Amino acid sequence: MKRSRIARIGGGVLAIAVSVVVFLVPFAFILLTAGKTRQDAALLDFSWPEQFAFVENFLAVVQARDYILITAFVNSFVLTVASVAIMVTLAAMVGWVLQRRISRWNGLINFIVLSGLIIPPAVVPTVWVMQGLGLFKTLPGLTLIEVAFGLSFCVLLFRAFVSTIPRELDEAALLDGAGPIRLFFQVVFPLLRSVIVTVVVVQVVVVFNDFTNPLYFLPGDENATVQLTLYNFQGQFSTEWNLLFMDILLITIPPLVMYIFFNRQIVAGLTAGAVKG
Amino acid sequence: MSAKRRMPAIVLAGVTTLALGLSGCAAGGGTSDGEAVELSFFMGNVEANVATAEGLIAAFEAANPDITIDLDSSGPSGAEGDNLTKTKLATGEMADLFWYNSGSLFQALNPDQTLLNMADEPWVDSLNESYVQTVSTDNGVYGAPAGTATGGGVFYYIPDYEELGLSVPTTWEEFAANNEALKAAGKEAVIQSYADTWTSQIFVLADYFNVRAEDPDWAEKYTAGEVKYADDPVAMAGFQHLQDVHEAGFLNQDFASATFDDALRKVANGEGTHYPMLTFAISTIADLYPDTVDDIGFFALPGDGANGLTVWMPPAIYASANTEHPEEAKRFLEFVASVDGCDAMTDAVGVSGPYLVDGCTIPDDVPRAVADMLPYFEEGGETSPALEFLSPIKGPSLEQITVEVGSGIRSAADGAALYDEDVKKQAQQLGLPGW
Amino acid sequence: MTMTSVTSAPTIPPPPPIEPEPARPRLSGRIRANRPYPGWFYLPAAIIYTILFLVPTVASFYFSLTRWTLFDVEFIGFQNFIQFFQEPMLVQGFTNTFVYAAITSGAKVVIGLALAVLLTSEIVGRGYLRAVVFFPVLVSTIGVGFTFKVLMDPFDGLINQTLAVFGIEGPGWLTDPSLALISVALVDIWKGVGLATLIFMAGIVAIPREYYEAAKVDGAGGWRNFWSITVPLVRPATNTVIILSLIGGLRSFDLIWAMTRGGPGFTSDVIASVIYKQYQAGFYGLSTAGNVILFLVVTAIILPLFIWLNRREVEL
Repeated sequence: MKRSRIARIGGGVLAIAVSVVVFLVPFAFILLTAGKTRQDAALLDFSWPEQFAFVENFLAVVQARDYILITAFVNSFVLTVASVAIMVTLAAMVGWVLQRRISRWNGLINFIVLSGLIIPPAVVPTVWVMQGLGLFKTLPGLTLIEVAFGLSFCVLLFRAFVSTIPRELDEAALLDGAGPIRLFFQVVFPLLRSVIVTVVVVQVVVVFNDFTNPLYFLPGDENATVQLTLYNFQGQFSTEWNLLFMDILLITIPPLVMYIFFNRQIVAGLTAGAVKG
Repeated sequence: MSAKRRMPAIVLAGVTTLALGLSGCAAGGGTSDGEAVELSFFMGNVEANVATAEGLIAAFEAANPDITIDLDSSGPSGAEGDNLTKTKLATGEMADLFWYNSGSLFQALNPDQTLLNMADEPWVDSLNESYVQTVSTDNGVYGAPAGTATGGGVFYYIPDYEELGLSVPTTWEEFAANNEALKAAGKEAVIQSYADTWTSQIFVLADYFNVRAEDPDWAEKYTAGEVKYADDPVAMAGFQHLQDVHEAGFLNQDFASATFDDALRKVANGEGTHYPMLTFAISTIADLYPDTVDDIGFFALPGDGANGLTVWMPPAIYASANTEHPEEAKRFLEFVASVDGCDAMTDAVGVSGPYLVDGCTIPDDVPRAVADMLPYFEEGGETSPALEFLSPIKGPSLEQITVEVGSGIRSAADGAALYDEDVKKQAQQLGLPGW
Repeated sequence: MTMTSVTSAPTIPPPPPIEPEPARPRLSGRIRANRPYPGWFYLPAAIIYTILFLVPTVASFYFSLTRWTLFDVEFIGFQNFIQFFQEPMLVQGFTNTFVYAAITSGAKVVIGLALAVLLTSEIVGRGYLRAVVFFPVLVSTIGVGFTFKVLMDPFDGLINQTLAVFGIEGPGWLTDPSLALISVALVDIWKGVGLATLIFMAGIVAIPREYYEAAKVDGAGGWRNFWSITVPLVRPATNTVIILSLIGGLRSFDLIWAMTRGGPGFTSDVIASVIYKQYQAGFYGLSTAGNVILFLVVTAIILPLFIWLNRREVEL
């Protein structure tokens, strides 16, 4: 018992030390560079800023191009919340039925789901389709695009985890007289909590950090999303590294806050045991 | 094709607004009178270019209070920017005005279908004739020059030349001898910055004056597929020079990881002596290193025969074919191609060479490197446009190939042959005869 | 073994995941079995997916048979495919793709599982460690690319400056032709291992504790527990991680593009970056043909693997 406690503490301390070097130093670098002056930051070394310009840089980044960062945050926020909510609900429905329902179509459906992960989207034909539907250059349009491109990943995860939910629970609910909709939303959905949290966290990060799709499907300054703002500080011929890293820092904060918020949920979901519900 | 696809949506939208307008007609009057027309303007985020565009817009709006121009420079630059521009044009979503290259890249935009033709505008006559060719197709003229011509050659740190008693080279042999002397004195003779791959192409592209001096029709033959880099020793010299400077150990130690910014810092502070580059870079140097900008001189890339300068044409501002305000867009382009437009650009970013509009002048107090370049344009000097302004074909992989040759990964002969393959693909894509 | 006894004991609440049920013999039985799982649950997802993904994708496959400038289309049959296979960098691109996918997915499975076991054990600082391992997943690829490009600079970068303190001359991580691809793969692992860990953790905690308790009665140690309980029962998670990271690795592009652009020269080019460069160059038909080929190659690897892994899952 004593030996194992020492091992636990020793192992923990070792793991913490390694994690500091491997995971925290790169973040410290971002933080320090974000606080430097332009000349100082141009050296790109890991050093304490000669002169703290944290507030100046912050203001410069926020005020750049008519407060475009604020617009971008609003757009990204709406886009992320809407698309992840739709994506997760629809994918959970598909994942559940796909795992449970016995049908000779399952192979084909699995294949179609997989191909969504494998095939890179074709930009120009997609634009044509969206123009035909009047969805191009609209936030709802981009939201549906993110849903379409993110579904495969979510379905795959849900399908894998539905298999850990005992069928007996479905049958018990059916005996209670529940229909499919009630069964799914009142019995199954809560059981999927830990994987839902996982999928939400991952997809929020994916959508929030997406760069290519907003660039092509939602062009224009008033529609900017946060990743596009990186280009303001990184022109082809000249780079303002201090502002660039300040921007990286600022746009990393929302996913970070979300993760810290959900981290409790993840931990709670995990410690409760996903299956016990 | 794409324009057709868009039609139904537009027609529908038109019908809807019309219906709404009718139903609310009691509320009355049109809104067109007296209201400012707003033009949208799209460009990639290149600091100096954005400053130029902003200078032009401010001066234009001051003179034309009935038009406002909304600049969107949030997008990427370089190859990603090219991509986005083509996608916008192909899907009919381009802004009223946009900034893009002239020459071979312009040809790939399918200008006759996507751009607004300026051929009948009077100001086209005031443009330099060889510039007009770089923004024209057989059926029209499309762009107004955004900036000055620039030269491709070598920046050099004058104090090093004075210290070692060197003189400006006019042949490759003299250049190599200078490099030897600099290396012997413990200097980094030639700066290269292969982290920004596009900078690696200068030895090949800026050598075109020397190719043309040997064969004035090289560009036409090249377009027709009759000459190749690999089996023309004169054309291959650019690749060979890249290999030579690497093998001779003239390069800065960090050539593989240095960026364009690093290279400018090195030449401005004398950490290295020569930097092969285009003269547009001088505005960035003047901006970042105002104290040392006059320590930097410039000479044309030396070859084996006559000495002259390879010239890059300025990019252009174009109007999209489906703009709703063609008259206002034309007025802006007219302003860009006017003496007032040139002055606005000079105020914004300074000059890096001569303008291509009749009557435009450059200030007397230009940086030293620009002053060094001007004699090539004057009586007794010689220039040639770069190949990409004489032929529609430029292979897209040149910068990767020149990095490989310039860092010893691939031999010059191999690199030239590979580039010929690359060029062939581009020619086929353009549907040129003879490929 | 103990597992079956747990399964058959009806009083113990969570029966283990045995899936799916043996095929039902009679059609009427199947219909009844499917009734709580209505087919229309597919419908909303299918509509969005079909319109915005499948239709444009199928349309784009047509363009792989054309010389396409975005403005004009000329049908040229299979010429693009012939051209694509003649690309000088193709062999290296394929080799790089496989090397990259193997390294990144292998490392994510091994390190991810090890971290997940560590982070579900009673270790000191568990909350902190769980958070910090996941941090890199939160940063955008572009941000990670910028940061590591700077840290991996051969002269001024933090990594080589630190090595220099110990008298080691660090290599040109991203500028040495033989090392660039591996360096990017390492960063990919750094960025992606948090997600693999999370999936494994969700899988591990779903394993009923009764197994471990029963194993304890049998006198099994930690190492045996790991191999005989954790590894087999966490298989759905393992399969998910393998499939996701392998597809990600074979298709990977973002990080390579942000860090090396396939360079120096062409030395870290993968198939996806070759295709992207063709797209940028305006060879739209050719790059679409490349996409079709990449799709076929990835499918040829993933589909058998997927079926095989699923069968193993069933056999459990």
